[in-house]
Amino acid sequence: MPATPWFSSPADAIERLGKAGYLADAATGTTAYLAGALEKPLLIEGPAGVGKTELAKAVARAAGADLVRLQCYEGLDEARALYEWNYKKQLLAIQASGHEQGWDRTQEEIFTEEFLLTRPLLSAIRREEPTVLLIDEVDKTDVEVEGLLLEVLSDFQVTIPELGTISAVRRPFVVLTSNATRELSEAVKRRCLFLHLDYPDAEREREIVTSQVPGLDDAVAAQLVAVVARLRDLELRKAPSIAESIDWARTLLALEIDDLDDAAVDATLGVVLKHVSDTQRAVRELKLRR
Amino acid sequence: MSLLDRHLSFLEALRGAGLPVSLAEDLDAVAALTAVTWGDRALVREAYAATLVKRRSQRATFDTLFDLWFPPLVGEGHRAGSGPGDAEATGAAGEDAGGEDAAGSGQGHVRDGAAALEALRDRVVEALGAGSDEQAAALATGLAREAVGTFGSLPGAGRGMTGWSAYAALQRVAPERLVERLVAALLSDAEPEPGGEERARRTAARRLGTFTAAAEAEARRRTAEAKGAAHVARTTVRPTIDQLDFLSARRADLEELRREVHPLARRLATRLTQEHHAQRRGPLDFRRTVRASLATGGVPLETRHRPRRPHRTDLVVLCDVSGSVANFAQFTLLLVLALRDQFQNLRAFTFIDHVHEVTHHLRPQADPAEVMADLAASASYAALWGRTSYGRAFTRFAEEHADALGPRSSLLILGDARSNHGDLALGALREMAGSARHAWWLNPEHRRHWDTGDSAASAYGEVVDMVECRNLTQLSDFVHDLL
Repeated sequence: MPATPWFSSPADAIERLGKAGYLADAATGTTAYLAGALEKPLLIEGPAGVGKTELAKAVARAAGADLVRLQCYEGLDEARALYEWNYKKQLLAIQASGHEQGWDRTQEEIFTEEFLLTRPLLSAIRREEPTVLLIDEVDKTDVEVEGLLLEVLSDFQVTIPELGTISAVRRPFVVLTSNATRELSEAVKRRCLFLHLDYPDAEREREIVTSQVPGLDDAVAAQLVAVVARLRDLELRKAPSIAESIDWARTLLALEIDDLDDAAVDATLGVVLKHVSDTQRAVRELKLRR
Repeated sequence: MSLLDRHLSFLEALRGAGLPVSLAEDLDAVAALTAVTWGDRALVREAYAATLVKRRSQRATFDTLFDLWFPPLVGEGHRAGSGPGDAEATGAAGEDAGGEDAAGSGQGHVRDGAAALEALRDRVVEALGAGSDEQAAALATGLAREAVGTFGSLPGAGRGMTGWSAYAALQRVAPERLVERLVAALLSDAEPEPGGEERARRTAARRLGTFTAAAEAEARRRTAEAKGAAHVARTTVRPTIDQLDFLSARRADLEELRREVHPLARRLATRLTQEHHAQRRGPLDFRRTVRASLATGGVPLETRHRPRRPHRTDLVVLCDVSGSVANFAQFTLLLVLALRDQFQNLRAFTFIDHVHEVTHHLRPQADPAEVMADLAASASYAALWGRTSYGRAFTRFAEEHADALGPRSSLLILGDARSNHGDLALGALREMAGSARHAWWLNPEHRRHWDTGDSAASAYGEVVDMVECRNLTQLSDFVHDLL
């Protein structure tokens, strides 16, 4: 057992995540507990809007840890993810020190902590407080960045040629999220625990919606969840996610709709469906316009 | 069998089913198992899943194998307990199986009979016709176990030879004929409202689906007890959806495949964009180079370049839509359609023994299910006599649609090259291949079946590059190379 376990058991994980406003199912709770107990990174895959990023935030809230976030995008490089030398400051230091100093001395002075700009990965590792490191949408990066992640994910250390290897003072709870737009390399997957988050069942979704949108009438919530479940059964280009259900609930609340009948569904369908062909299909299948 | 042996043989079976389980995953799984308690079967399953499964499509295979190696109950089990409590029995599964099994089947024969069958069917309707989905699912599992135990045994010659068949049990219980009664039961429960019947019908279908799946799992479990889990794993576990042969897909599989088309297209498109970006290095962008040089005190250390203009091809697809290969052709068309914006122009033709243009069905943004239906409906235009003739189709294509092919277009032919021993019209095909920039032939049959029977695979293969394309993985690899 590690010195400060994130969660003491799967049941504890579910309970504390619940208190932090994240209603986890058994699989999510167990995997989150394992990620903490084994000190392994957690790779979460799933469609957009099922709460992948939210889980990392909830873990941070539940454990009273700080969240360090690395948002991945195409073209992300070492300088943005790991560290960078503050060359402007280095330049000034060289100019200020004059010409008397030899090169060796200068070199020693300008490659020190003072001139190091830490980026999310390095800062997460060097922090002494409990930290949740969120590497968001890792599938958006180039393959080379994955290679850069390997050292961080398996040994929790970063090697800087001029300074040597910096190891983690305290291992962060690492969460990687992916929309699966690209297969991640086997090397990254091997180092991670894997969790696939999917749309929740009706009961849990109703709980999520009512907890996120407190003012919503229970009957409307039940109707809403039923319609969303029905929509997911259709073959849509983009099935409505939990985030969209919540948006829909907020919309209904704002419009003061207290009965989700066909007309109401038709009028607000744009909140949950984002493709023309999806909307047409839903209107036809749910027989909204008779 | 010790716990470690069971663990190792489980991992071996996962590897056999195509999951990449290395020693590192093995060790992780053991570490994870020591972190959870063995008392809860669901926990053990999730601990294994978190460490061994690395892809969503593998989860179904994993679950099937987990149920075989760590069954929820042994022999007849305890009727009352279907919760976490019965996991303790798991470890003992190996030794006790034979004896309890024999006893179970003996009992089963006594209880088998028309009256027992009717009683069971009544209880199925009662259990599935009320309560929430979860309650119904729990009850369905118990009833499915009973159904297989009572009506699904296939008596063998001796001990350990008894087989269990979900098919036999389901034939007797006939869940599909319970739909009406179930709908009535569900409707009597709720107050009447518009659309209520339709909803009840969907619920009934979903719950009976749960029942059927539970019966199949139960038959696998019992067979595994009698004959060993490894035996069952080899014979009944289906490949993951992306490894499934197009030609052997069942109807449920087709639906799942269709759902996979859009995610697959999106993955391909992302990969292509990234690769294009990686290799872009067009002419020097002077302005951006100077701007970048400001950061290094005016010395241009790094040059910046304009992106290259992406090259887009015209694609002409010619697909055989006769019975056996129709599914394959439709999938490939859907995938090509989903990647529509990667092509300059797309034209599609279907044929059996006559060529019919279907480009107008392939509207971008269209609904995949609808496109499939339109394509199926238009298949009749592609036939004159209804016997596949590649020769006739190629000749007609060369006569009527020769303008579709040009120096910028790629030709893609989909079919199994089985031409009923007719004229192959190699000349016409050679002409078509010659006027296009590239030509490929995708064959959904396994390479070992090429040239058997009336297949003219190698004759056509000499004119046009023929590629084996049996499943989604091969298809996506091909499409990636094409672009």
